[in-house]
Amino acid sequence: MSLSAEEVHKIAWLARLAITPDQVDAYARDLSSILGFVEQMNAVDTADVMPMAHPQDLSQRLRPDLVSETDQRELFQSIAPKVEAGLYLVPKVIE
Amino acid sequence: MQWETVIGLEIHAQLATKSKIFSGAATAYGAEPNTQACAVDLGFPGVLPVLNEEAVRMAVKLGLAIDAKITPRSVFARKNYFYPDLPKGYQISQYDLPVVGLGRLDIEVDGVSKTIGVTRAHLEEDAGKSLHEDFHGASGIDLNRAGTPLLEIVSEPDMRSAKEAVAYMKKLHSLVRYLEICDGNMQEGSFRCDANVSVRPKGESKFGTRCEIKNLNSFRFVEKAINFEVERQIEIIENGGTITQETRLYDSVKDETRSMRSKEEANDYRYFPDPDLLPLDIAPEFIEQVRGSLPELPDAKRARFQSQYGLSDYDSAVLTASRELADYYEAVAKLAASDAKLCANWVMGELSGKLNEDGLEIGQSKVSAAQLAGMIQRISDDTISGKIAKQVFETLWHEGGTADEIIEKQGLKQITDTSAIEGIIDGIIAANPEQLAQYRAGKDKLFGFFVGQAMKATQGKANPAQLNELLKKKLQ
Repeated sequence: MSLSAEEVHKIAWLARLAITPDQVDAYARDLSSILGFVEQMNAVDTADVMPMAHPQDLSQRLRPDLVSETDQRELFQSIAPKVEAGLYLVPKVIE
Repeated sequence: MQWETVIGLEIHAQLATKSKIFSGAATAYGAEPNTQACAVDLGFPGVLPVLNEEAVRMAVKLGLAIDAKITPRSVFARKNYFYPDLPKGYQISQYDLPVVGLGRLDIEVDGVSKTIGVTRAHLEEDAGKSLHEDFHGASGIDLNRAGTPLLEIVSEPDMRSAKEAVAYMKKLHSLVRYLEICDGNMQEGSFRCDANVSVRPKGESKFGTRCEIKNLNSFRFVEKAINFEVERQIEIIENGGTITQETRLYDSVKDETRSMRSKEEANDYRYFPDPDLLPLDIAPEFIEQVRGSLPELPDAKRARFQSQYGLSDYDSAVLTASRELADYYEAVAKLAASDAKLCANWVMGELSGKLNEDGLEIGQSKVSAAQLAGMIQRISDDTISGKIAKQVFETLWHEGGTADEIIEKQGLKQITDTSAIEGIIDGIIAANPEQLAQYRAGKDKLFGFFVGQAMKATQGKANPAQLNELLKKKLQ
């Protein structure tokens, strides 16, 4: 499996990572080699193996439907760069 | 060319739990911004989601109500995308193993029944809300809604018209409210719909390219948006163009759909199982326990209303459209202990009219089932006529009280004493010799004049059937 420069750019965009043009080749090489490593598993016959959703063979614990959290807005917002009227302010996003 | 419309709906029902799907923060609507967003909802480092049992129970309820298979071991997955109202950078959802598998829902359009397949229903968390006004060039983020449990119910592409789509949506809306798993409040976004719409030449078996219309929050908008979209697609194809698969937004002011291009390139969600959550095992005992707690469902209730109360299919359908209305009707019928059809007429007629007029839900009715039943009893025992009852009902609605008090206070008791009615008729005949002569000469229409005079003289209180009979005799 060999990733193209274009694919590297797409992956970087999806992860919102900024990469410079001179980094592209190295990323393409490293990522391709990681994929190649994982690809080895395709050689194993898994027809009779149940897909595994979690490494631990346990099941999800459930919690009763109770409100247990109190309002801690002030505390949480004390580390936010900008707040107003109780809202977190972020650079304008609009469709 | 003849075109066929193909529609599939994705409906998001907000589950009526007290706390969030993965945290103990409250879900109540309308709180001050960010006062119901805890560390888990905000995606703080080190926190872990713990699944709400009630959300699972509600999903299973829906599954059982649509005859679906409940997945014994379902899996939560991360749906990755960046948006400011999604603090973690992913939404916890379900992907290839949803909690509810293939089911079905029967709808009816213009008297014709049709079964619509339900592909799946999965549990997921809602995102927060972005507010774009008034923040000096910035957007405001309220994360109270983040982590609210949603059940996304995905239909098969089985609907062939906007009308069918609306019928399906209404049926599901009624069902989630019967099950008490969602309040169904569309203005508050508790029940919202995305529609996948495509067209193809009639007789073609392959589907056309579809467009997805996002965030339709009323039945009327679903119908209008689909109709607009169908026309748009047909026009493009007939002019030699092709449809681009895309997400579109319905603008209710302009009544049109338009492209949301920015959403397109982000459509690579890279789902993978969420390592923070273990697979959800649902035991057969749990399913049976939920099955035992299911209420009587709309279709069963409708059939029972026909057999138990002798109502028509139409009346039964109207009265069972919501559980609250059905309960109200049954309370009236039981308390009035009289003509079930008469009770149905009052609930569907006068009462529903008043509710519409005042924009109220049945639960907010100003006349209780007991008050209405009390009045219907007085119609049944001939204390008042149906016409006078409307007057009594008005007073009940605006001033409250009981029918008996109102009848007594306003002196509305029907006159059923034959000699009293005869006396009134004699007086009217004596006072109108000209009309009497004309009537006897064959002008039958004047009968109405005499009825009117008698009703006027008794302020509408004469028993109509008796009056008619006695008048006929006297006028001969």
